[in-house]
Amino acid sequence: MEDFRSEIKKMSMAEFFPAIAHMKSDGWRLSQICATCIPGGYEMSYSFCKDYDMVTLRIEPGENEEVASITQIYPCAFIQESEAAELFGVKICNIKPDYRNGIYRIDEETPFRDKE
Amino acid sequence: MPNRSVIPFGPQHPVLPEPVHLDLVLKDEIVEEAIPSIGFIHRGLEKLVKKRDYKQYTYIAERVCGICSCGHGLGYCLAVEQVMNVEVPDRAKYLRTIWMEMSRVHSHLLWLGLLGDAMGFESLHMESWRLREKILDMFDETTGGRIIHSVNQVGGVQRDMDFAMLNGILHAVDDIEREMKPIVRTFLHDYSVQTRLKGVGILSADEAVSLGAVGPMLRASGVDYDARKLGVCAYGDLEFEPAVSKDGDSFARCEVRLNEIFQSFSLIRQAINKIPQGDINVPVKGNPEGEAFIRIEQPRGEAVYYVKGDGSKYLDRFRLRTPTTSNIPPMVSLLKGSQLADVPLIILTIDPCISCTER
Repeated sequence: MEDFRSEIKKMSMAEFFPAIAHMKSDGWRLSQICATCIPGGYEMSYSFCKDYDMVTLRIEPGENEEVASITQIYPCAFIQESEAAELFGVKICNIKPDYRNGIYRIDEETPFRDKE
Repeated sequence: MPNRSVIPFGPQHPVLPEPVHLDLVLKDEIVEEAIPSIGFIHRGLEKLVKKRDYKQYTYIAERVCGICSCGHGLGYCLAVEQVMNVEVPDRAKYLRTIWMEMSRVHSHLLWLGLLGDAMGFESLHMESWRLREKILDMFDETTGGRIIHSVNQVGGVQRDMDFAMLNGILHAVDDIEREMKPIVRTFLHDYSVQTRLKGVGILSADEAVSLGAVGPMLRASGVDYDARKLGVCAYGDLEFEPAVSKDGDSFARCEVRLNEIFQSFSLIRQAINKIPQGDINVPVKGNPEGEAFIRIEQPRGEAVYYVKGDGSKYLDRFRLRTPTTSNIPPMVSLLKGSQLADVPLIILTIDPCISCTER
């Protein structure tokens, strides 16, 4: 495999939004958003690509901690943020457009969330 | 005064037999907004990673979708191999490449048939699917399965191809290519096709990037990003340039996919001519500990695979961001302002795979 940049940067919640804005202004496109359940909360990984390089920004919100939606900066994030919110229960606020937890037509609430 | 109404598109629609639903908000015949909803057949396959050991899970990953099965098995194995630092034998890399390109051809022929059917171009539909059968026969002969192939494993592949099989693929590719040329020429020069598709559903390069489009949808807008250029499997040894088009309309998306079929024939020939002798897999011991992101180019575009292991035989997390997940935001955006009658064709030129999305 060719040698392209691929790194994961962990950051605090305070550093997160400015970092997302910087990725946008620097020409990175949103590639994926991944929610993972960890003890006491979630691990949210936002991957961005520029040419063939990939950088992942990671935050670890607590179970009841709100995460600001990045849809104001990356409008296409709504589908993957909705997935994290509706399947995992991550508290993402201000997703635009707001489909009111209605993108996923599922019977069970937050089925991917780790149940006690 | 214009009439506003809401028309449901799907989850069962004649042109797209897959369960995606759109509420189309119309002002007369013009779409003002398209509100998507999915999840009708969500299977929770990612969650199963905690209940099947990481080698067994390859079979689950392959079953995410019947069209992109080979790629999902491959992407999962590549991610686990990266976490475990496994170097796959060169012959396995070439075999994986050949099967991936066969998958691309069969996926694009399936799409072409569906598009032909939706446009009332029935001979195109039948011809495309007739040729697709030949690819499925090749899969059957080389893997033992027409839809689910089960050839990828962590550490390489499970089946080899002998000289006769490789030679048979070369002959079949020659035959299919010869038959494809007049079909593609007819399709691209057909008056009705051009009238229905040219200038319809235009996505500019900037919009394609900012809305997260991938695959032929992105390349049809003039962006030459193709994850095969990352050099996974044997792609780094093969010569090709991403198929692109500048117009960004529905016709351009069709043109890119059709060009990719011929590009896949070239890649298959190159891989068969260069395939080295040797082992097809290496033994893998231990359990994955760590995490990795892998990108591969599926027929519908870049797919991202993420695995995270804690050293046990069960992975902590497997995440698959399918190409269609990425193409839904630009699809919704494209539909705004379009004629209601164009909606089915615009959606078909995006070629959404809901089976992948509902993993």
